[in-house]
Amino acid sequence: MTKIEAIIQNSKLDAVKDALHEIGVEGMTVIEVRGHGRQKGHTEFYRGREYTVDLIPKIKLELVVADKMIDQVVNAVAAAARTGKIGDGKIFLSRIDEAIRIRNDERGEGAL
Amino acid sequence: MGKPNATKSALLIILLLTFAPLLFGQTAADVQSARITKLEQHIADAKTSGDNAWMLTSSALVLMMTGPGLALFYGGLVRKKNVLGTMMQSFAMMAIISVLWAIVSYSLCFGTGNSFIGGFHHLFLRGVGAQPDADYAATIPLQTFMIYQLMFAVITPALITGAFAERMKFSAMALFMILWSIVVYAPMAHMVWGKGGLLNASLGGRFPTLDFAGGTVVHVTSGVSALVCALYLGHRLGYPRQPMPPHSVVLSFIGACMLWVGWFGFNAGSALAAGSLATSAFVATHFAGAAAVIGWSGAEWLRNGKPSALGAISGAVAGLVAITPAAGFVGPMPALAIGFIAGVFCYFMVVRVKARFGYDDSLDAFGVHGAGGTLGALLTGIFAASTVNPIFKDAQGNALASGMIEGNLHQLLNQLVGVLIAWGLAIVGTLIILKIVDATVGLRVTEEHEVQGLDLSQHGEEGYYWEVPA
Repeated sequence: MTKIEAIIQNSKLDAVKDALHEIGVEGMTVIEVRGHGRQKGHTEFYRGREYTVDLIPKIKLELVVADKMIDQVVNAVAAAARTGKIGDGKIFLSRIDEAIRIRNDERGEGAL
Repeated sequence: MGKPNATKSALLIILLLTFAPLLFGQTAADVQSARITKLEQHIADAKTSGDNAWMLTSSALVLMMTGPGLALFYGGLVRKKNVLGTMMQSFAMMAIISVLWAIVSYSLCFGTGNSFIGGFHHLFLRGVGAQPDADYAATIPLQTFMIYQLMFAVITPALITGAFAERMKFSAMALFMILWSIVVYAPMAHMVWGKGGLLNASLGGRFPTLDFAGGTVVHVTSGVSALVCALYLGHRLGYPRQPMPPHSVVLSFIGACMLWVGWFGFNAGSALAAGSLATSAFVATHFAGAAAVIGWSGAEWLRNGKPSALGAISGAVAGLVAITPAAGFVGPMPALAIGFIAGVFCYFMVVRVKARFGYDDSLDAFGVHGAGGTLGALLTGIFAASTVNPIFKDAQGNALASGMIEGNLHQLLNQLVGVLIAWGLAIVGTLIILKIVDATVGLRVTEEHEVQGLDLSQHGEEGYYWEVPA
């Protein structure tokens, strides 16, 4: 099992969700986050006081998938979230040792 | 036996009634004059009804400027953890100053006294009833005049709270405001508006200062006191290094729009009647606010490349402040000029001057009210027109020139005297009060409480208690 964490633009959430549903991904967790990569923040002015906002609101998507799905999921997310401009986000993969369905204690990929 | 008797006496009564006027020597002319007197009374009553309706409405409008107008305006500008603390400071004025007013401060402001302060004979509102006081407002009950003036006494200290936002103890704030209302506001209001006041333009002041609705009494005193408070208390923890953007410009936006509406009661109500002078002040007020938005936003647009919402509403308030002393003395075109100048000037004060000197006038009470009020008071001396309001008259009752443009150069000097007295009183009075409050209850919250925020540390609650969505 692999955990796929994708940090994407807020405006791309719907497109990514649709793309994932199309390839049969059934569950995901969405978190509102703030952060920045190489993308610089923006400047705000309040009564002449200048504030640099470098932590920009983003969406973080977390989903754990069976290993055979990895390429398909990564491609779907990347294709749907891409605008080609700086700030499109990143995808991280990490191994997951175990998954447990709380309702019936089912274990492994079956619990996903 | 009784019946003919009754008829007889009825006849006698009719006869008596018919010829009574003749018997007592009354003529047809007397009857007519009695009718005229009665009609005059009806006309006076009708005028009182009209004026009183407007003045009660105006009183309510001015109260609305403090709560929720100013509470929202200021509440939105602070950080989330201080929203209730900030709103409470305005709201507390609605309670504390009102009670104080009923007991003592109305008498100190408007009672007959000396040139500087009123006397004590209206203590506990004694003698303040349905009967008008012709010196102040001949057509409305004195009680209406009293409640209208109270609303000014409420909002003035509330304006100061913008300078020490996010760091003053609630108890210290309450004590400070009680003392300030008596030591600074009461003498200033008496000098400008009270009978025999030193600066009163229509009731025999030594230096007749034109202040229609409180440019010096309200805005200069509060704005200058605000600066003194900001300097005395020092800046907020982390200022100016740490960013402290407004937590909700949306709240401020709603508040500013309510202030604009309330200002019609503030300025047009200051005509103290519902006649054409009220209309003139209403019109001047509106145009000044509008022009000031363009002034401030234009300056900001040129400098930052974008006109911000906060800039637009701040500009409106600046223009409304500046037109306050002039509202009942100038026509629409000077009002446009006053508003536009105030918008640009206050933008400069808030953005450049504050940054240059580094004081933490957190919500710009001085930059907008102190600076805008001073500017407006001086511009009133330039633009005041006797065609709008013949305030100065010669012995024959002919109107004399009002402002500098009409040829009364001296008026600018009188305005300057009024402004200087307001500045002096505000600086000295506020400093003394701050010393007293500092020595007794202490002014600032502890560092720990400041970091925690006033909502929790002073009031034990939070403005935004988000529950986890079910």
